[in-house]
Amino acid sequence: MQASNLLVILIAITAVAYALGRGRALVQARPLGGIRALHSLPFYYGMRAALWCAVPAILLLGTWLVGDGQVINTLIINQLPDHLAPHSATERNLLLGSIENLASGALDQKSADPHLLAAARQLDTLSAISQQLMGALVLALAVLGGCWGWLRISPERRARQEVELVFKVALLLSASIAVLITLGIVLSVLFESLRFFQSVPVLDFLFGLEWSPQTAIRDDQVGASGRFGMVPLFVGTLLISLIAMIVAVPVGLMSAVYLAEYASPRVRGFAKPALEILAGIPTVVYGFFAALTVAPFIRDTGDLVGLAVSSESALAAGLVMGIMIIPFISSLSDDVINAVPQALRDGSLGLGATHSETIRQVIFPAALPGIVGGVLLAVSRAIGETMIVVMAAGLAAKLTANPLDTVTTITVQIVTLLVGDQEFDSPKTLAAFALGLALFVVTLMLNIIALNVVKKYRERYD
Amino acid sequence: MTDQVDKAQRIRDSLTRRYRAERRFRFYGLLAICFGLLCVGVLFVDIIGKGHGAFQQTYIQLDVTYDRQILGLTDTGDAQQWALADFDGIVKQALYQRFPGVSGRTDRRALTRLISSAAAFSVQKRLREQPHLLDTTETLWLLADDDIDTYYKSLDDAAGPFTGRVDQRQRLWIDDLQSGEQIALKWNSQFFVSGDSREPEQAGIGGAVIGSMLTLVATLLLSLPVGIAAAVYLEEFAPRNRWTDFIEVNINNLAAVPSIIFGLLGLAIFINVFGVPRSVPLVGGLVLSLMTLPTVIITSRAAIKAVPPSIRQAAIGMGASPMQVTMHHVLPLAMPGMLTGAIIGMAQALGETAPLLMIGMVAFIADVPGGFTDPATVLPVQIFLWADSPERAFIEKTSAAIMVLLAFLIVMNSAAVWLRKRLERRW
Repeated sequence: MQASNLLVILIAITAVAYALGRGRALVQARPLGGIRALHSLPFYYGMRAALWCAVPAILLLGTWLVGDGQVINTLIINQLPDHLAPHSATERNLLLGSIENLASGALDQKSADPHLLAAARQLDTLSAISQQLMGALVLALAVLGGCWGWLRISPERRARQEVELVFKVALLLSASIAVLITLGIVLSVLFESLRFFQSVPVLDFLFGLEWSPQTAIRDDQVGASGRFGMVPLFVGTLLISLIAMIVAVPVGLMSAVYLAEYASPRVRGFAKPALEILAGIPTVVYGFFAALTVAPFIRDTGDLVGLAVSSESALAAGLVMGIMIIPFISSLSDDVINAVPQALRDGSLGLGATHSETIRQVIFPAALPGIVGGVLLAVSRAIGETMIVVMAAGLAAKLTANPLDTVTTITVQIVTLLVGDQEFDSPKTLAAFALGLALFVVTLMLNIIALNVVKKYRERYD
Repeated sequence: MTDQVDKAQRIRDSLTRRYRAERRFRFYGLLAICFGLLCVGVLFVDIIGKGHGAFQQTYIQLDVTYDRQILGLTDTGDAQQWALADFDGIVKQALYQRFPGVSGRTDRRALTRLISSAAAFSVQKRLREQPHLLDTTETLWLLADDDIDTYYKSLDDAAGPFTGRVDQRQRLWIDDLQSGEQIALKWNSQFFVSGDSREPEQAGIGGAVIGSMLTLVATLLLSLPVGIAAAVYLEEFAPRNRWTDFIEVNINNLAAVPSIIFGLLGLAIFINVFGVPRSVPLVGGLVLSLMTLPTVIITSRAAIKAVPPSIRQAAIGMGASPMQVTMHHVLPLAMPGMLTGAIIGMAQALGETAPLLMIGMVAFIADVPGGFTDPATVLPVQIFLWADSPERAFIEKTSAAIMVLLAFLIVMNSAAVWLRKRLERRW
C-alpha cells in the first residue's frame, strides 16, 4: 500500500477513534448525572483515544519508511554468491544501483548476470512484501491503539492532563527543531569536510594560493592535478563584499539619517516603503540585472576611458550587491537612530549645535554600536550571497585586488562544484562541503558578534 | 572692545561655514535617498523595457493545404499514420507556395527557417480536431522562429533592427510578408501555459509556475505548523533555562545563515542519507521550510507577544488551564499576525534560488509537473536557466518571467500589508 494512501486511511481511523472516544465518555457519564461527572471535558476523552490511535502508528510508519530500504539492501547483498560480494562501500552502491536498474527494467535483463537477475527479482518481491507488511502493521497498530485508548476511558481518568502533556511535548519538539537544523547543518557539512580533509590537508586548503578543482580522470592527464587552496576564493569574496559595502554603507546610512531626522512625514511615508522594495526583490533578479545591464555598462564605460574591464568584473557584482544591501543597512540604522533618546538631541541643539553637528557628534557616537552590528550583519549577508555572484562574477580564481578584473567567490565555487550529477567520493565534490563549512563558520562568527553588539547596545538605552 | 567685535565677527564667519556644512549634509542625505530610488526605478524600467515584448509573439500567415499526398495520411482513424504524417512537409509546402520564386536548396532551407518547428504541431492539432479539413486549404497564423521574432520586434528600434542570424534574403521575405500584412504580433498565451523548451519561441513559464506553487505548498504545510508550535512553546510554556536560551540563540543564528548552506544540508541529508529523489517539489519544500522556519517563528512570537496579558489573566481566572488559554484565546487572537508572517516567509521562499540549485531543481524539465514527486523546476531557477542561455530571444523571456515573479511577490506582500491593517487588532 502506498504511504500517502495509508496516511489518508490513518487520518480517517483517527477521526473515528475521536468520535467513539468522545461518545463513550458521554455514555459513561449519563447514569452519573451528565458530563459534570466527568473529570475532563468530553473533547479530551476523544482526543486521548485519537492520540493513542495515531501517534504509535505514525511513528511506526516513519521508521519503516526510513529503514526498509536499508534492510532490504542488506538482505540482498548478503545473499549474493561470494564472487559477486562487494568489498567496499562504493562497490556496494554500484552493485545495488545495477540491481535496482535491472528490477525497474532500465537495464537489459537478457545480458545480465543470472545471479544479479535473481537478486533483482528478489528485490521486487521483497519490496512488495515490505509495502504490504507495512500497510497491515500500521493499520493494525492504529486499530489496536484506538481500542486501547477507547477501553481505558472512565469518568475518573485525568484525560485533560494526559492530552495536554502530549501537546506540550509536541510543542517542545517543534521548538527543538531549530536546534536540530543547526545540528544537521554542522554535521552534514563537517562530515563531508572531514572526508575531504583526508585527501587534501587542512593547511593546504586554508592557506593554499591556488584553486583549480579539476581533478584528473585518467592518471596520464595533463594539467588537471586539482589544487584546493581557498585563499583566492576568500580574497574574491572579500573584494566583492568590500565593493558592496562601499556602496551600501554610505547610501544606507545617509538615507536612514535623512529619513529619521530631516524628512517630512509625507516624504518618509513614500521613500521608506519605496526603498524597502529593494529588499523584497529576489537575488536572481539582481543577478540578471548585474549580468545583462550593469556589467556591459561598466565594460563600455571602461572602453571609453581606455580601461580594460573584464565583462565579468568584480565591480559589477559588488555594485549590484551593494544596491541589494542598501535597505538592509538603512532599516537597521533607522531603528538604532530612532532608539537614541530624544534628550541627547535636545541637549545638543540647546547648546547651539546645528542639526548636522548634532547628528555627527552626538547621535552617531551614541548609535555606533548598533550601526556596527548592522553593518556586520550586512557583511555576513554579502559573503553568503550566491545568485548575484553566480550570474555576474566569473569562475576564474585569480588572486587580485583589482575591482575591474574577474574574481570568483566561495559561493560561486560551491554552486559550480555541486550543480549537475556528481559522484560523492571525489575531492572535487567534497571540496564544496569544505567551502560550505568555511562559509558557515565565517558567517556564524560575524552573526554572533553582531547580535551581541546590538544586544549590548539595546540594554544601554532601554 | 575690538576684542569683542573680533569674536562676534569670528562667530559670524564660522556660522556661514557651519550653515553651509549643514546644507551639504542635508544634501548628501537627499542624494542617498535619490540614489536608492533611482536604483529601484532603473531596475524596474530595465526589466519591463526588456521583457514587455515577450507577451507578444510573431506569427506568419500562410495558406496551408492539408495535402493527403504530402502528409501520407490515407486513413484518419489510423493512429500509426497520424504519428508518421509529415506535417512539417505541408508547412514547408505552404511556404514554397507563398514564395514561388525561391528555388535552390540553401534558399529553400533559409525560407523554412522563418517558421518555428512548433508550427507543425499546431497544424497537426488543428487537423486532429477537424479531420474533415483534409485536402482543403485554410489560412492559418503560424508561429515564427525566434530569430525572426527578435528581428521583427526590433524593426522600429532607433538603433536599427537587430539582425543576428537573419540574413538578407530572409529580411526581403519578411518585408514582402509585411507589405501583405501577413506577419503580425499576437498575444502570447503559450508563454503562460507551456513548459520549458530549448527553442525560445516555444518556451513558457507554465511548468515553472506550477513547480513553484507545489514547492510553496509543501513549504507552507511543513513550516507553518512547526513554526507556530515553536513560537507558542517559546512564548507561553518555555521555562527560563539553558535549553530555552540555546533554542533562542539557534533561531536567531539560523535566520542569518546563508541560504546556500541550507541547500548543502538538503543535499547531504535529505538526498544522500534519506534517499529522497532529486529535483522534486517535495525536497525543495523541505529545504525551503527549514530556511523560512526562523522567519515564521520570529514573526509568530511577535504576534503572540502583542496579545495583552489581561486576556490570559481573564481566561485563567475563569478556570482555563494554560493549554486552554493558549488554544482558545491567545492563538486565535494572534492568528492574523502569524499569517502575515507566514506570507512574508513564503514570499522569501518564492524568490529563493541558491538552495534549490544544490538539490538538483536546475535540471531541464519540459513537462509541467503534476505532483509533489514529479521532477520540477521553480520560477527563480527558470529565470537563472534562461539568463544563461545564449539565444537573444531568451533575454526577453527572462525579463518577462521576472515580471511575473515580481507580480506574484507584490501581490503576496500587499496581501500581508492588507491583512495586517485589516485584521490586526489594536489593544
